[in-house]
Amino acid sequence: MHVHFLDPYRPRTSPVHALDGRVKFVLTVAFILTTSLTPVDAWPVYVLLFALLLSVEILSGLGIGYVLSRALLALPFVLAAFPVIFTYGETVLFTFPIGAWKLTAYTEGLGRFISVALKSWLSVQAAILMAASTPFPALLQAMRAVGIPRLLVSMFGMMWRYTFVLVDEALRLMRARAARSGSRGDQLGVLKSGRKSHPAREGGPVLWRARVTGGMAGNLFLRAFERSDRIYAAMLSRGYDGEVRLLPLPRMTGATWAGLLVGLILLVLLLSFGILFWG
Amino acid sequence: MSYSPVQPMHIPDGFLSSLVSVILWAISAGAVAYALRQVGKDLGERQVPLMGVLAAAIFAGQMLTFSVTGGTSGHLLGAALATILLGPWAAVIVMTSVASLQALIFQDGGLLALGANIFNMAIVGVTVSYFVYTSIQKLARGKSWGLFVSGALAAWFSIVIASLACALELAFSGTSPANIAVPAMGGIHMLIGSGEALITVGALAFLYSARRDLFHIGEAAPKGNKAIWIGGLAIAGLLAVLSPLASVHPDGLEWVAGQKGFLEAARAPLYKIIPDYSFPGISNTTLATILAGILGTLLVFGVALGVAYLRRKKESK
Repeated sequence: MHVHFLDPYRPRTSPVHALDGRVKFVLTVAFILTTSLTPVDAWPVYVLLFALLLSVEILSGLGIGYVLSRALLALPFVLAAFPVIFTYGETVLFTFPIGAWKLTAYTEGLGRFISVALKSWLSVQAAILMAASTPFPALLQAMRAVGIPRLLVSMFGMMWRYTFVLVDEALRLMRARAARSGSRGDQLGVLKSGRKSHPAREGGPVLWRARVTGGMAGNLFLRAFERSDRIYAAMLSRGYDGEVRLLPLPRMTGATWAGLLVGLILLVLLLSFGILFWG
Repeated sequence: MSYSPVQPMHIPDGFLSSLVSVILWAISAGAVAYALRQVGKDLGERQVPLMGVLAAAIFAGQMLTFSVTGGTSGHLLGAALATILLGPWAAVIVMTSVASLQALIFQDGGLLALGANIFNMAIVGVTVSYFVYTSIQKLARGKSWGLFVSGALAAWFSIVIASLACALELAFSGTSPANIAVPAMGGIHMLIGSGEALITVGALAFLYSARRDLFHIGEAAPKGNKAIWIGGLAIAGLLAVLSPLASVHPDGLEWVAGQKGFLEAARAPLYKIIPDYSFPGISNTTLATILAGILGTLLVFGVALGVAYLRRKKESK
């Protein structure tokens, strides 16, 4: 089994996919920064940012549904911002009693909460768009272009390459555990019909299960360690001398620069619009 | 089929104020650059394959879970395990790689928030692990139980202290009040930390019996480790003292920040540099609405044009 499903890249023939990875990387970060700097109650700006995002999503041919459903990933974290509704602000929105206690919601707090949720939702979509429309090597190139140390970039590259191998390894370990009864009961014990068939094969008490999982983690680490030895030997045999040699970055054409510039200007316009009227 | 992480564990974008994000980015970038140099000195040309593959291993290891009860499960984050096996500098690099790829590829954690996530996972997690691990190792004087006790405590503290850092970051950003975020985050992570501690001990026990020689890699770099020990002590101490104070005191974070001015600075977004500005004679909201309308129309027009262009291109093929 191969975990190619790990790769979020979705190949399409769209202008978004064709755009230079460096431009996409810079524009994505700029978009997220713009979203972050947008004042709390600049609601029209959020709408415009969303419209911008939506246009790119349509252009990319990825399907809006794909992007939107993946964007739900950050949703649970919104809980962390929930209490702010009741603690921040002065204008009382409503109060309701809980026993002897009174819970007061504030308008400012609610605004802050909604803006946090919107900002995170928009930012996640931008990040998904980038990851789904740019192959990872192009992202590595972009990271090099913006000045991230090449040593770190080549480690990211190495990590990415072996992530698939080691996730495969981890899945094999888990399959072996499932076959040998240290499995999670909820996976084996219940048939599709919902009827309990065999009693769940729990394997052992929690401590035992934790120890087994720990052993597996240690085993995975050991295998990775030994693999890295082999990889190093292989690299050495091919003349590796510690110097990371990478292909030169492709030239930025005039059209690429124009794309970058237009995108940045648009974002700056949106941001200044928000700051001028709501800052 | 597309992969998504078992559960999102890092701060997404939007939750931290721009100022907090930028400050933590700067701290993390400096620390990672320094760690990169240190690891380069120790490992030389082996650095890239070893760090890359082990980062992939930690990433894959985070998929290993065990059921606890009623649908909840324990899983590994790996900061303590990496610190114990590889030494602090290499662990910083490995955890940074893991957090970066999670943000870049799987949107687990934001890009602007990545500085903060690296800070929590790679810097707080590793230094605290290192501090707890080496301190207890010293107390145990090389007895084998010392490895497991210190491993367990290092794992537990690394998770709990990192979660306190996360809670304080959210509080400073004005996203979550300290008196709720700190106990909630800390409480949950005391449980998550127990899972981490159990798995870490399991892994250490396995490696201790299978490959005892591996435990010496981390000791290869004694130089400069005193600084990490002190750093770990400082971070752990500061966060362990600061965050309960922040949450117990009725005014929460304001009290800890000491001066209201500092807190205001932290909460005020960067854009306050531009003073309040308005066009004379024109009501702000009206103009804003009109401008929004024009811009919106242009955007929608652009989308329509783009889609039409794409269609035509496809048909002509």
